[in-house]
Amino acid sequence: MAGQKREKDLNIFEKLYIPEIAKGMALTLKNMFRPNVTLQYPEVKFEPPASYRGRPVLVQENNGVERCVACGLCSRVCPALAIEVQASETDLEKERYPVKFEINMLRCIFCGFCEEVCPEEAIVMSKDYELVFKNRNDAIFGKEKLLVPVENLKDRLEFLRKFK
Amino acid sequence: MPTFTVDGKQIEFKQGQTIIEASRFAGIEIPHFCWHPSLSISGNCRICLVEIEKMPKLAISCSTYAAEGMVVHTQSQKTVEARNAVMEFILINHPLDCPICDEAGECKLQDYAYQHSRGESRFEEIKVRKEKRVQLGPHIKFDGDRCIMCSRCIRFSDEIAKKNQLTFVQRGDKVTITTFPGESFDNPYTLNTTDICPVGALTNQDFRFKSRVWEMSKTDSVCIGCSRGCNTEVWVRNNEILRLTPRHNEDVNSYWMCDKGRLETFKNVNAGNRIDGTYIRSEGQLQKVSWNEALHVAAKSLKDYKSGEIAFIGSAYSTCEDNYAFVKFAKSLGVANIDYADHIISGDQDDILIREDKTPNSLGAELVGVQPGSSGMNILAILKAIKERKIKALYVMEEDVISFDGEWESTIGNLDLLIVHASNENRTTALADIVFPASTFAEKNGTFVNFQGRVQRIYPAVATEEMDRALDGMEMSRWDKFGTEFDRWMQGHKYDSKPSWKIFVALSQLLGLKMKYNLSEEVFADIANTISAFKGLDYDEVGKHGTQLKIKQTANA
Ligand code: SF4
Ligand code: SF4
Ligand code: SF4
Ligand code: SF4
Ligand code: FES
Repeated sequence: MAGQKREKDLNIFEKLYIPEIAKGMALTLKNMFRPNVTLQYPEVKFEPPASYRGRPVLVQENNGVERCVACGLCSRVCPALAIEVQASETDLEKERYPVKFEINMLRCIFCGFCEEVCPEEAIVMSKDYELVFKNRNDAIFGKEKLLVPVENLKDRLEFLRKFK
Repeated sequence: MPTFTVDGKQIEFKQGQTIIEASRFAGIEIPHFCWHPSLSISGNCRICLVEIEKMPKLAISCSTYAAEGMVVHTQSQKTVEARNAVMEFILINHPLDCPICDEAGECKLQDYAYQHSRGESRFEEIKVRKEKRVQLGPHIKFDGDRCIMCSRCIRFSDEIAKKNQLTFVQRGDKVTITTFPGESFDNPYTLNTTDICPVGALTNQDFRFKSRVWEMSKTDSVCIGCSRGCNTEVWVRNNEILRLTPRHNEDVNSYWMCDKGRLETFKNVNAGNRIDGTYIRSEGQLQKVSWNEALHVAAKSLKDYKSGEIAFIGSAYSTCEDNYAFVKFAKSLGVANIDYADHIISGDQDDILIREDKTPNSLGAELVGVQPGSSGMNILAILKAIKERKIKALYVMEEDVISFDGEWESTIGNLDLLIVHASNENRTTALADIVFPASTFAEKNGTFVNFQGRVQRIYPAVATEEMDRALDGMEMSRWDKFGTEFDRWMQGHKYDSKPSWKIFVALSQLLGLKMKYNLSEEVFADIANTISAFKGLDYDEVGKHGTQLKIKQTANA
């Protein structure tokens, strides 16, 4: 193999190494004065933009009632079969509401289809990305975990009105 | 036969057939709301407009008779435009209710809106509002907004249920359905209107909001409410029956079934009082034991009695297969005291569907031999013999003998041994020594013979512990197909029960008797081999719509 020409031979300066080390140091130095992008998670939390698709949540109106009418479309469209809805009758004008609404967060793939299909703008993707469970059952979120007051979802709702 | 042309296809028709009927028969479906094959023609919805050559204007195909040489276009530009226009008209005042409407998924209006409309609304004014959630009768809620005034429900009530109870009131866009003053929509057949209402204006109170239609599996079955044996579909989600609907069979029930059959025959399947596993009485209490133990104890105790001291009571609620295995088992023990009880409510019958015999299979039970053998006792004699302590052991299959009358109740204590097959706890199981859990009609394969002598098939819709939906070829919903044991929507309880014939096979093996079947087909094959009325039949032959047995028609058929 001796004498075979390599694709790129180092020239004399490169062979000396010193200038190359200096170049590297210069880059490091430059970056030391640039703004910091690394977050000290979990001490510092990441605040995602409105377009972010975190876990799907149910919109709770100011009067405490969920917007959802239990039409089951999200459940039907969900490619991962993560959503189970059980409807029932209510005396409210909307007639129909979910007595049970469960999302299995182990199944959910955060695709946002449920949000897209919902005729009532009742299920939206939140900014919540911290999902930790110790067993399968804890990963199934019921209404108590899914309902989020509408104020806390303003960002996303505005985003949807603009771009959906 | 005379012919005419529809969309370039030569179609035969019978004199007096309308275009829509003849086309449908030839496999060309023309959209329709108000037309129904079993009701009179109303011609009010206009969605069925078609173009007929040499006719100046479009005509409605539901009330135009087919004629020799007629040339009909159902897809021409003119027709399509007219159809879209009609759809637009109907949708003007129709609310955007699909998300909360139970009909969604099986709604004609929804389907046609996809197939035939412009896809968007030009109507910007405020829609006319009508009354919602009106209780029309004991089982039906009416939503005035959704009604498209097709009058199917009115015609059904008049023509099929023979009760003139519904009518239109008001005019123009205010038209709505109501009952006549002081009347309630309460005839025995009201719920059929929820099936034929092309939209979600009439909803079944019992099923309302329980499930989306696309989430359920549906299995062909037969109603067990009376000896008519209406053909049905059993709708199941998460191993629970949510509703029954009629299945078309012109020879038995046409498109209909009665409200009682629809609402009351399936509730016991998921009731809290199901017998779940085998039970034996010890220290005065019924204790749950293994199948093996219960079978052994039953086999051993039966051996303690002479054949003359034992009686067997079968059931007209059980299938032919169950009753056949029951008779075979009893006879191989040498027992001739075999009978069943009838459940006739005399007078509770009409000339529509309802029969006074409230069991689905009394003819079948009789045909497969559930009747006293030569020198055997019938049910009254059995009762008397229990009283006199001549009969000491009673074997009851799927029947609540104690509830028959006070005499049974006071006599049953005389028995030394009472073995019962039952699906639900009842007064007889409460006193039994051994209880075997019997599968209900919704959990097994089998056949019933209705009052006309027509043998009809049932299929399992609900899985028991011994069954697996996929492996046993049961109908499956999307949930069933993709679910795992960790999904809550797959955790519906499976009861530990078996069809009665299987229990007799297991007992026979322990007692060294000759009876070996693995499938209900095999029991039926045996029936076909030994009983002349069933000669030459098998499950394929019986098919989805049943077949008439070669027996003399009963007088009242
Ligand atoms: S699609 Fe929307 S309204 Fe329908 S069930 Fe889902 S969240 Fe509720
Ligand atoms: S985000 Fe996608 S996967 Fe998750 S629940 Fe919604 S539809 Fe299902
Ligand atoms: S209630 Fe239904 S069946 Fe009756 S007229 Fe209205 S749409 Fe037709
Ligand atoms: S008529 Fe008889 S068989 Fe038909 S649905 Fe009613 S009870 Fe069932
Ligand atoms: S179906 Fe012909 S007018 Fe309604």
